[in-house]
Amino acid sequence: MIEYILCFILFCIGLYCVLRKRNIIKIVIGLGIVEYAVNLFFVLIGFRMHGRAPILAKDQTISNMVDPLPQALVLTSIVIGLAVTALIVAIAIRLYEKYGTFDITKIRRLRG
Amino acid sequence: MKNKKEVGMTLIVKTITRLTVGLILLYGIYIVLHGHVSPGGGFAGGVIIALSFIHLMLAFGKEAALKKLSQAASSILESLGALMFLSIALLGFLGGYFFFNFFLHKGTPFALFSAGIIPLCNIAISLKVGAGLFAIFAVLILFKSR
Amino acid sequence: MELKLLLLFMVLAAIAAVQIKDLLSSVIAVGAVGLGLSLAFLILKAPDLAITQLVVEILCLIILIRATINKDLPLVRDGRWFFNTASTLLFIALFLIFAYFALPELPRFGQPIMRVAQEYIDKGLVKTGATNIVAAIILDFRSYDTLGEATILFTAVMGVLAVIRRVGRINEK
Repeated sequence: MIEYILCFILFCIGLYCVLRKRNIIKIVIGLGIVEYAVNLFFVLIGFRMHGRAPILAKDQTISNMVDPLPQALVLTSIVIGLAVTALIVAIAIRLYEKYGTFDITKIRRLRG
Repeated sequence: MKNKKEVGMTLIVKTITRLTVGLILLYGIYIVLHGHVSPGGGFAGGVIIALSFIHLMLAFGKEAALKKLSQAASSILESLGALMFLSIALLGFLGGYFFFNFFLHKGTPFALFSAGIIPLCNIAISLKVGAGLFAIFAVLILFKSR
Repeated sequence: MELKLLLLFMVLAAIAAVQIKDLLSSVIAVGAVGLGLSLAFLILKAPDLAITQLVVEILCLIILIRATINKDLPLVRDGRWFFNTASTLLFIALFLIFAYFALPELPRFGQPIMRVAQEYIDKGLVKTGATNIVAAIILDFRSYDTLGEATILFTAVMGVLAVIRRVGRINEK
């Protein structure tokens, strides 16, 4: 149960970083931490105590495998997270070129 | 201090890169091809293949890497991977439905040529992921602020 | 036990990544979080995820360093900090309330509910011929997920190319 609570704390740190900070790079970092926490939570739910990895071995039957379904879902989610991070970084570089700052309130002020 | 024609990092980094970049690429291809019998698969292998080209770009400068794999070529390869994946999925209609595993004999387990369409899908996904991430990185490097 | 220590390390590194003022140090701290996550996947018996997270984290670190390097940052002062902090704490409290109600409903740690996955494990080798069950799931039983992922990746690459490119902008001088 402590593992779940630590995972929630990690999620809260990421949420705090996204909502409170005003630098775009800090917001990207916060989104990354939130994504890590969600991925970790999925895999924690599928873990079996003293289990084995979901890969069959030659000439033996394995009865106590961990749950492979969350691992399959998270595997696609990791690569999507990388692509989304690259997209946000591209937008941030473009904004820096246009406004000369990473501060979101200044960007809002210069609109129009 | 710095020679003007010299681009990229120092001689030590270049020599080590020349020795290791082929091995990294080979390891990525190994991870892709053995994705159905051991840990790995198309996603991890594709990212490793992209990392080998990015390694080349960081050590030798952008011209040397873009000579090996230009930006247009990486776009074409990415689209090719997507089309290959989709056509494998559509070929499943031979047996009745989308994504049907149309090989009747699945091969012996633990062999390299087994598991029907799964190795083909792995190759398609690795092309897509590797070329796509390399295209993103090349564009981010080539972008210069005025 | 080692899993709890690793999670504690990840929490500390995340706090460091949020609170450090220097952006390059902050990016490196978030790299420490990602590599700790890779080790945690290895302990949680998910070797596919460990390999993928390791290489993805390295690439993510390179991209973030590209974004932060050579940018002299003006010092960001915190204006309207009371309103910002209050709304942030409100959202975190909302999340924690929902988490408190959801926590007893979760399966106990180490005893998963495997209704669907048991069938995949039992019939995976016979139906697909792949010995890696995760590969069998993502490319045979649940290929639609992978197709959607491929679509999202394609869209993200198109988005980056469209945001960054310079040709076709006539008005901008």
